[in-house]
Amino acid sequence: MSWEPVIGIEVHVELATESKMFCGCSAAFGAEPNTNVCPVCLALPGAIPVPNRQAIEWIMAVGLAFNCEVSDRSVFHRKNYFYADLPKGYQISQFDIPVCHDGHLDITVDGHTSRIGIERAHMEEDTGKSTHVGDSGRIHSAESTLLDFNRSGVPLVEVVSRPDIRSAAESRAYAQELRSIVAELGVSDARLEEGSIRFDANISIRQEGETELGTKVEIKNMNSFRSLERAVDYEIKRQIDVVEAGGKIVQETRHWDEEAAVTHSMRTKEGSSDYRYFTEPDLVPMVMDSEWVESVRSTLPELPAQRRARYESQGLDAHLGSVLSSAPGPLRSIHDAAVEAGATPKVSANWLTGEVTAYLRRTETSADSLTLNGEALAELAAIVEEGVVSSSAAKEVLEGVLAGEGSPRSVAEARDLVQISDTSALEEIVASVLADNQEAVSNYRAGEQKVVGFLVGQVMRASQGKADPKIVNQLLRSKLDG
Amino acid sequence: MTLHELTVAAAGARLRSGEITAVELAESVLGRASATEAQLHAYLTIDREGALEAAAKADADLADGIDNGPLHGIPIALKDNMCTRGLETTASSQILAGYVPPYDATVVSRLRSGGAVVVGKTNLDEFAMGSSTENSAYGASYNPWDIGRVPGGSSGGSAAAVAAGSALVGFGSDTGGSIRQPASLTGIVGMKPTYGTVSRYGLIAFASSLDQIGPLARNVEDAALTLDAIWGYDPRDATSYAGEYPNPLEDFGKGVDGLKLGVVKELSGDGYEPAVEAAVAAMISRLSDAGADVVEVSLPTFDIALSAYYLIAPAEASANLARFDGIRYGHRATGKTTEALMAKSRAEGFGPEVTRRILLGTYALSAGYYDAFYGQAQRVRSAIREDFSTAYSQVDALISPTSPTVAFPAGARTDDPLAMYLSDICTIPSNLSGHPAVSVPIGLDHQGLPIGFQVMAPALGEAVMFRVAEEVERLAGFDARPEIEEVAR
Amino acid sequence: MPIEIDIAHVARLARLDLSEDDLAGYKTQLGIILDHAAKVQELEGEPTQDPAHPLGFVNAYREDVRSPSLDRDEVLSQAPESSNGYFVVPPALETE
Ligand SMILES: [Mg+2]
Ligand SMILES: [Zn+2]
Repeated sequence: MSWEPVIGIEVHVELATESKMFCGCSAAFGAEPNTNVCPVCLALPGAIPVPNRQAIEWIMAVGLAFNCEVSDRSVFHRKNYFYADLPKGYQISQFDIPVCHDGHLDITVDGHTSRIGIERAHMEEDTGKSTHVGDSGRIHSAESTLLDFNRSGVPLVEVVSRPDIRSAAESRAYAQELRSIVAELGVSDARLEEGSIRFDANISIRQEGETELGTKVEIKNMNSFRSLERAVDYEIKRQIDVVEAGGKIVQETRHWDEEAAVTHSMRTKEGSSDYRYFTEPDLVPMVMDSEWVESVRSTLPELPAQRRARYESQGLDAHLGSVLSSAPGPLRSIHDAAVEAGATPKVSANWLTGEVTAYLRRTETSADSLTLNGEALAELAAIVEEGVVSSSAAKEVLEGVLAGEGSPRSVAEARDLVQISDTSALEEIVASVLADNQEAVSNYRAGEQKVVGFLVGQVMRASQGKADPKIVNQLLRSKLDG
Repeated sequence: MTLHELTVAAAGARLRSGEITAVELAESVLGRASATEAQLHAYLTIDREGALEAAAKADADLADGIDNGPLHGIPIALKDNMCTRGLETTASSQILAGYVPPYDATVVSRLRSGGAVVVGKTNLDEFAMGSSTENSAYGASYNPWDIGRVPGGSSGGSAAAVAAGSALVGFGSDTGGSIRQPASLTGIVGMKPTYGTVSRYGLIAFASSLDQIGPLARNVEDAALTLDAIWGYDPRDATSYAGEYPNPLEDFGKGVDGLKLGVVKELSGDGYEPAVEAAVAAMISRLSDAGADVVEVSLPTFDIALSAYYLIAPAEASANLARFDGIRYGHRATGKTTEALMAKSRAEGFGPEVTRRILLGTYALSAGYYDAFYGQAQRVRSAIREDFSTAYSQVDALISPTSPTVAFPAGARTDDPLAMYLSDICTIPSNLSGHPAVSVPIGLDHQGLPIGFQVMAPALGEAVMFRVAEEVERLAGFDARPEIEEVAR
Repeated sequence: MPIEIDIAHVARLARLDLSEDDLAGYKTQLGIILDHAAKVQELEGEPTQDPAHPLGFVNAYREDVRSPSLDRDEVLSQAPESSNGYFVVPPALETE
């Protein structure tokens, strides 16, 4: 029998606000332990929260980018559970009325596009950080725990997908697409290493054609796209093995162990998951009228999906389109300017994702320090088109332009790379080459077509590579055949 | 009349005329405190040095022509659930023994900048959970009118201090009647403002949607001008009212002629002491003689208000008190794991009433019981609001007893939670609705114990509430003071 | 209605380590109180008012600006146990 994995992904995104969600402490990453703390985020007696307007507008932006609806009224709830790094003994989160709901993302895995539903995006706050001293990677082997509350109260957006994902590869594609959008919006550092974006996956399996959902297992602690893909892949196999060996899947949370490349069960005390949600009485409802929603919508930048579509409409194939789409911003603006200045989009895209990107990598310079502009790139494309320079010489011209030697035409002149395309000048060279290569000529006449290539080479050498190969070819043939 | 017996208004006048100094006033109050604390135990902490320092500053300021308002140089008492920077704040709980806050509650900083002189921190029922100030980890407080009886609660310490003269005005918090009921039992004026008008920032939370800080004073005028000094929008409190604030003294001296007053039918009968009902009835007829149009109104949901309150308040408390886990501050028990440490610290640190309410609230919110209990209680709360709206569409203010009984003997209700809870039957509805209400003393019963009269008004109706309260005070002509034999400690 | 209470479960949710005797006592008291509290079920009709803020406030926010944090030493001076800038607790046996 064949099994179908059913996967839903929960993503927690830390917003890059100046201050925390409910207090004025800095939300910056990497400060000395317990230096960005105040009565509110340390849950000192008497302290109460006041929400950060920027965070609310940014979760609205995230929701809109994921094609969600923004609720016209939304409320905060208290999610009650005890944990050392949760200072209030509850997390301010959302329950039945999230800020955003019912959206979707389209992802493409080897040419096949699928639409992943997004159930909700809600606002909440991060916890502090526990460091388990004497930790061997297993929480229960720690000797003591150090607590730092700098992250406590940092705004978090939780995005919950519908169980529409069907493979480890799709899981990875979904996570990457989501991350690129969040980064594009500029609302988060979206750094996996720093935990500013985190993924949990809910996985179950069922037989092909089955419509009921199987028992789901939640897996945590994947800190790269690769480990997400590996962990999902591992868990799918594990579940299939369990079921095929006649076992049952237990609903539980499992921890991905990167080194061992396995997931293992995290023991949780029975009953500990009754969160007793109730409306946060320290806060008042949020009302998001259409005026507010539209003002947020108007601030949204062009998102990767929209951009890829625009590139494809310019005649770029899907691959080139997505490569350029994920290229650094400055390269994308150069492309737009070059097209504006008349360059063929495909040619411009090829230069930028090819030679220019290679140059940046080789010289280890960042895209925004580029001297190249759209007009210059368009001119470079043009002189290749016109045959003023050969495509190989054009690369050298680009070098010159990037080195700040001037416009493509002037660089071509200065570096003496302009092709000889005027026939009279070339005819002499052709004539002398033919004179010096009688044998080749007779071979050709005897039907050995390929010697033409050899003769073209001779003419090119004689012209120090400046001859326009097309014209040389025509001249040779007319002489030989004539 | 000795200085510690002065009203805020009278003391303020003498300070400004130069007749007395703030230091003299503070000395008088501190002296009275040390002579009565052995009997009353109104205070948990008396900050003699801080008080005299603040008083000297107040004198210096006045000398320089700086007058910070009605409380300038006035000795005040703060309930020990309001955070005071550098001054121990325990909420009468073992779990906060020795806790020194790194910040002032908004109300406290307003009082300090208003020139008030903080005498100390007063006793309360642990985390304000109680109606007798007997649930204190540091010992009960007693009633100045009869030290064998309770002062009411949970703001019993502030009430006893003001009644006894060991503060000119006190501050309490009122979640279900914790200002008005002790005021009633100690013969002073106690007032709960409209929810959202006095900042809760720095008030150790009991039930966030119900808690309000308010004044306990010698008379209605003092209560009104004290309220005026502490209320106002606070950006640190998301539930703070940002609009126009009424002037609480606006309608003083206007009397009740032409006002329509509603006597609440549900707040009488079974469980109400005859002396209380008689005194209240007498005042009601005096009010109509004074020109008020008095009608009986019925608010049927008042009969289930107590039930709703004892689900909503504990539910919120169960979360509000989750931060006391022995990790960042307060009492810590030893435990092999974090979980064991938290569970033991909490079990050791909380007293029985607090533990009971945490369990009650946890249960009311837990899976399978939420809808029948917490959810339904919220529906009742809405229905109570609707009953109030209907009533206020017909009358300007509602009147009732503040407490069904006078001060009861110490220990009388400690073993019967339900009986204790019934002490707040008259005051709870205004907390559930968020409306303002005040208790005014109208006389003594046959045992010489004070009886309080409650005036309730619609949201932001403080002006009309005080207008009625002032007339009640005038008609009652209540000027008795408790006699406490002074003993040096 | 007779109210069933799994008092041990409730105490676990509330992170209260109580003795068997104490649990039994609280169970009895909760039974009495809840029995009275169950009167909320007598409410007829569906009220329309929102039980949220009495004055019906909405949209209370702060602008995204930093304000000073607390001095770490002052904060840690209240902690039962701390070590070079951290609060310290025993290991967690379980995770949330
Ligand atoms: Mg979450
Ligand atoms: Zn903070």
